[in-house]
Amino acid sequence: MKSRMTVGAWLVWGAVVFFFVHLAGVIFSVVVNSFGERWFDTWLPQGWTTKWYASAWNEFGLFQILIVTLEVALLVVAISLLVGVPASYILARRSFPGRRLIYLLFLLPILMPPITYGIPLATVLYKYGLAGHLAGVVLANLVPSIPFVILTMTPFIEQIDPSVERAARMCGARTGQVFVRILSPLLVPGILAASILVLVRTVGMFELTFLTAGPDSQTLVVALYYSMSAAGIRAQQSVDAMAVIYMASMLVLLVIALRFVNPTQLVARVKEDPE
Amino acid sequence: MTATLPDRDTSSTRVARRHRLAERGIDRQLLLLAPALICVLALFVYPFAYGIGLSFQPAEGGVFGAYRAFFTDAYQRDTIATTLGLALPAAILNVAASVPIAYRMRGRFRGKRVLTTILVVPITLGTVLTAEGLLNYLGPTGWFNRTLMTIGLTDEPVRLTNNYWGVFFSLVITGFPFAFLLILSYLSGIDPTLDRAAATLGAGWWQRFHRITLPLLAPGLATTFCLTFVLAFSVFPSAVLVGDPAGTTRVISIAAYHAAYEVYDYPLGSAIAVIMGLVELAVVAVVLGLRSLLYTGSTGGKG
Repeated sequence: MKSRMTVGAWLVWGAVVFFFVHLAGVIFSVVVNSFGERWFDTWLPQGWTTKWYASAWNEFGLFQILIVTLEVALLVVAISLLVGVPASYILARRSFPGRRLIYLLFLLPILMPPITYGIPLATVLYKYGLAGHLAGVVLANLVPSIPFVILTMTPFIEQIDPSVERAARMCGARTGQVFVRILSPLLVPGILAASILVLVRTVGMFELTFLTAGPDSQTLVVALYYSMSAAGIRAQQSVDAMAVIYMASMLVLLVIALRFVNPTQLVARVKEDPE
Repeated sequence: MTATLPDRDTSSTRVARRHRLAERGIDRQLLLLAPALICVLALFVYPFAYGIGLSFQPAEGGVFGAYRAFFTDAYQRDTIATTLGLALPAAILNVAASVPIAYRMRGRFRGKRVLTTILVVPITLGTVLTAEGLLNYLGPTGWFNRTLMTIGLTDEPVRLTNNYWGVFFSLVITGFPFAFLLILSYLSGIDPTLDRAAATLGAGWWQRFHRITLPLLAPGLATTFCLTFVLAFSVFPSAVLVGDPAGTTRVISIAAYHAAYEVYDYPLGSAIAVIMGLVELAVVAVVLGLRSLLYTGSTGGKG
């Protein structure tokens, strides 16, 4: 039995290493190609250069795209927090008729594939002339972001002792004052976690942005998709340089995110005990 | 005096009604819910209802024309099978591989945080970048084929991109870490003393896993499978970029996009989106139904 355990351990670690080797291969082949001079039938490119970054920056108008990405992400974070935090407070603290139904309504956008509701949503947004602009992209991205804020914030709100709020009310504070003076300072960690998670998801969200963006409202990931599907027109290395820029910005966000949240929180809302 | 009496009367009934509502948990504080509810209704429920309505108003063929057009055209109808053929094996593999690995790593060990951090990377990178990487890495002159040929396993490059396998690998690369992290957090939610108690009573590791851990993990497994499946089911960018979007990997989201934004047949596009949602919900319902057949009761851990 002892030997079976070690065979199992070998298999498990082997599978992990196998996965990581190929993951590294996938990521580094993009990075190496973006710095390569010419790379056809050899292990490594024949020379090294950074000229693809300059050409990607100029050809794709990357500065404009980065600005749009930042605008979309910050607007989505701000609006979904303003709308989502009060809602999650009510859902965490109160019981009322129809609470389960409303909770299910907030869960549905996360459970459905974005393309499924993205196509009717984009059709409606086009009908009202909102799609094709920044407004349409922000509105579309709010659909999964607001429920996500609600789900992320609920455990943080549950942790706050309700007697603190009751004491504030006894002292004559109104709901607005309770929110601004009592709850907000206590909720700062939760708000930070939720906003960073929404930021990462919005920057990485492809489908909804793709369906609603116009030529001047593309975010980085959508621009990357368009440059890839139009491959052949532009040098592959130039596309890879753009991919590396996307990857770098995602990794910066990830490093910031991991300072505030547990890796599992990026995937789902699961409480983990301090081990 | 007589003039004020009815006035006071109505105000007292208003107060009474407010009290009665407050007793049932309804008061003005619930208005805080309103902005979020309006957003979800306006941006999710209304477009969905509008899309469903639109799908019943095709240019020709009557009320069910768009659905009939989808199901009578084999090229369109087969996209359901293609999508399930990609998403189900990928989701099953991701969950099945995650369980033993997460089981082995559920305890504390050095480098656990580093490991989970590295695993988050492919999730945040997303399918578009993964597709670009796979095209380079698995392509005919990529490192993978080069290694195979150097070792002598094959004489000519194995074709792994622009077909089924390219899309499948991209689903595994983004889906496996997702499934693993979820299962790991479910596993660490199971009380470890249960496992130790079973060991004290003489249960071997297989018995402990099979009789203690697995039943407690079942709800988490079902949830993980559903979320991984949804992720794989909505495959769109990788099916276009590393797949064969006109043939073997023409998934249903490509069909929906094609109908709505390349042919501008909005009724058909909406109909395909509705069918896509129904198929996905059907699979989720089957999985959750199976789970309730297998095990019901307290999960023991936090789920």
